[in-house]
Amino acid sequence: MSDTCPAVTRAAEVRFHGRGGQGVVTAAELLSTAAFDQGRAAQAIPSFGSERTGAPVAAFCRVADEPIRSHDPVVTPDVVVVQDPTMLQVPGILTGLPAEGLLLVNSTRRPDDLGLPERPGRTVTVPASDLARARLGRPLPNTVLLGALAGLTGIVSLAAVQEAIRSRFSGEAGEQNAALAEDGFRVARGQLTEGARGAATD
Amino acid sequence: MLRQIEGSRAVAETVARCRPDVVAAYPISPQTHIVEALSDLVALGRAGSCEFLMVESEFGALSACIGASAAGGRAYTATASQGLLFMAEALPNASGLRLPIVMTVANRALGAPINIWNDHSDAMSQRDAGWIQLFASSNQEAVDLHVQAFAVAEALHVPVMVNMDGFVLTHAMEPIDVPEQDQVDALVPPFRPLHVLDPEHPVTIGAMVGPEAFTEVKYLETRRHLAALDVVRDAAARFEQVVGRRSGGLVSTYRAEDADIVLVGLGSLLGTAADVVDELRDAGLAVGVVGVTCFRPWPFDAVRDALAGKERVVVLNRAVSVGLGSTLGSMVGTDVRLTLGGTPVTVHDVVAGLGGRPVTRDLIRRLFEDAAAGDLSDRELVFADLDEGLAQRELAREEFLS
Amino acid sequence: MTELKLYQIGTFAAGNRLLDPADRTEQSNIGRTNSITSGHRACRGCGEALAARVVLDAAMRASDGRMVTVNATGCLEVFSTPYPESAWRVPWLHSLFGNAAAVASGVAASLRAQGRGDVRVVAQAGDGGTVDIGMGCLSGMFERDDDVFFICYDNQGYMNTGVQRSGATPAAASTATTRPVGSRIGNAFGTGKSLPVIAMAHQIPYVATATVADLHDLERKVTTAMGIHGSRYLHVLVPCPLGWGTDSADTVRVARLATESGFFPVFEARDGEVTGVHRIRRQVPVEDYLRLQTRFAHLFGDPGRPDVVERLQRQADRSIAHFGLLEGGQP
Repeated sequence: MSDTCPAVTRAAEVRFHGRGGQGVVTAAELLSTAAFDQGRAAQAIPSFGSERTGAPVAAFCRVADEPIRSHDPVVTPDVVVVQDPTMLQVPGILTGLPAEGLLLVNSTRRPDDLGLPERPGRTVTVPASDLARARLGRPLPNTVLLGALAGLTGIVSLAAVQEAIRSRFSGEAGEQNAALAEDGFRVARGQLTEGARGAATD
Repeated sequence: MLRQIEGSRAVAETVARCRPDVVAAYPISPQTHIVEALSDLVALGRAGSCEFLMVESEFGALSACIGASAAGGRAYTATASQGLLFMAEALPNASGLRLPIVMTVANRALGAPINIWNDHSDAMSQRDAGWIQLFASSNQEAVDLHVQAFAVAEALHVPVMVNMDGFVLTHAMEPIDVPEQDQVDALVPPFRPLHVLDPEHPVTIGAMVGPEAFTEVKYLETRRHLAALDVVRDAAARFEQVVGRRSGGLVSTYRAEDADIVLVGLGSLLGTAADVVDELRDAGLAVGVVGVTCFRPWPFDAVRDALAGKERVVVLNRAVSVGLGSTLGSMVGTDVRLTLGGTPVTVHDVVAGLGGRPVTRDLIRRLFEDAAAGDLSDRELVFADLDEGLAQRELAREEFLS
Repeated sequence: MTELKLYQIGTFAAGNRLLDPADRTEQSNIGRTNSITSGHRACRGCGEALAARVVLDAAMRASDGRMVTVNATGCLEVFSTPYPESAWRVPWLHSLFGNAAAVASGVAASLRAQGRGDVRVVAQAGDGGTVDIGMGCLSGMFERDDDVFFICYDNQGYMNTGVQRSGATPAAASTATTRPVGSRIGNAFGTGKSLPVIAMAHQIPYVATATVADLHDLERKVTTAMGIHGSRYLHVLVPCPLGWGTDSADTVRVARLATESGFFPVFEARDGEVTGVHRIRRQVPVEDYLRLQTRFAHLFGDPGRPDVVERLQRQADRSIAHFGLLEGGQP
């Protein structure tokens, strides 16, 4: 995978943005679990406000090969995942994301149409809410985006993401979300292929 | 066995393995995940015959623990911030009655203004309550400290508070090993109370003591706490024997032995500081970290040994003693200065990370660099992460309104 | 056995010798526990000390000695445990002023967890520790239906700290914080705070009131409460010679007048419903009750406050009507 997103390999810091109720914290935790299951050191820390639906929420995930000692927030993420595209307008969402970083956005638009004044090195959009609505009947974008993350970076494998999902959600919910991760993985990979031709990614 | 779990969950599982008889609690962020998990563990029968009481207030929670402990049971509670203050009346009561209750404090700021985020002002406000206070630097240490806390508390008949940073640790998911049941059993033998409510042997617990003996009670309590330093250290050694992991104790050091500048702190910022130390060492700066794990009783000798001979000591406090604005202006800083009295070490008293403002690598790096360059005051309390513009705007507004 | 009707007039000790041994009070039993034994430092004529001995001895009998007690801060705690002495012959724990109910809940939970659930838990507090500072913890204990028998010894004020008003102090009473100075009539007329009724609102299995004027009744209610599990509440009126300004020989007499005037209704309730009341045999005017107490003396001076006395009489009349306290009345 390192050939597709060279800056984001095994060790990475990921910052998730979304709104209360979108599973932002769960996304960071699932990513950390998937990485842990692959034998890596991982840490997920939410940045909580009061527990209100709809309030902006951020969560951080660190993945490394050595034990992680720091407990400070991720300020220079390798990847920023935006679960709610309306939050792209919120100041600070892209802060610290380097030029070679990856921005993954839940959106039906193409990266060029997101209205971003400055775009980091790679921007990928996945219609995660639509995909989730199709399977779950609810627009919960987090597992789709995790699958996409597996497709775009070397942090975790799709299988590890799906295993983490199944261990967190039992039964039908686990299966549906695992399928959604695969949806996200496929769409993201498709975008990458397109991106190689200079279309959907930068 | 390492598992990727949330700190609160790991602490709850650990407490359950310590075989408490009563868990009493009242919900307050960021302590909630711990007691939610314990409630489930009790309901699922994974905490033996433990009784879980969800009571009407933190005052009621600690009071129920007092009753539970006096009746010969092992008692546990958890709280934070205002909840700890709401318990304040019962804290010295528990210690005065020699009841070895263990309590987790998910450290959080005190209001007003109301603030649910992490700093250490809650624990610091109760430092004279007669409780042993331990601070966890990571979730693994938080887990390990709870096992040691029950052992220490019951060996001394003194209550123990285990502090873990709210949200930063309680809500963080990390690889954590919860000691196995047989390991915990080896470290925490069945509770043998000092005195117990028992119809076969009626005793009066909690009698009134007047001027004729009160001083002696406090004198003995002071001696007991100083002697507790050995017990805390021994508990860590015993833990390492049984579990095979170094955790707890009085102080922790990281590359401090040959350092010129040492940062002293408590809690989860220590890991972040260690990362910065490695970075600055690579750049040729001789820096190190000393973490205070046992804050009360204060490990005078251990801190002095760790800091003696250093050029500079930067004490990073996540609480402030309002009204002491100069050289003894903060919490841990005061203790460090007392400890280093008469030595030529320069002490910088720094306040940062209040009310959830993160203690970042950049901040710690800057503190080390400023100290090295002689740019950090050692006479005035330093608010290291102050938004000067915001403060000035508020001053101007107050002036305008007055 | 023959149904005996005991009229306790003149001598208040009448009764036991006429009764079948099984019906005699525990206090007439030479082998009683003496839970709070002699030598304590209560004031002479203390209604609380009398009530506590009767209550706890009866509870000890009912539990066959398998009982522990929790005590709130207050007179009872202070006069019974001046270090290094203790008047308690039962297991006794004192923690704080406002937490007796929560401490007792913890004791009960702990005993259950340790497999010692046969040991009963009794908690006791004054009116301050019950209706004021301890009410939050007590309400929580009720709501959870914790297996604790809680007794309030109500002397209607903070006597331990020098007779200040509490939420249980009656209107017009003079206390250290409600002196009848200026235009003040003593304690103001509020809406009242009946903890027994509040307890009933929690629908706990047993609520009762009693006074030290009828020790048979007091013992019977303790025995009844100890025969039930869950939260139980007993509210005992205990005159305080110091705080009420009564003659120390009049403690029982004043308590009887409180009952017979309707000023203090004596009743029992199960699961939130009143199941029995102590009928007033011969109603007396509230004034007879008030006149024995210097805390109400300002109502009877010259010119006095007959209007206030009248208002207090109306309170008693309402209470009589509400609980059906007169012979032939409906509870």
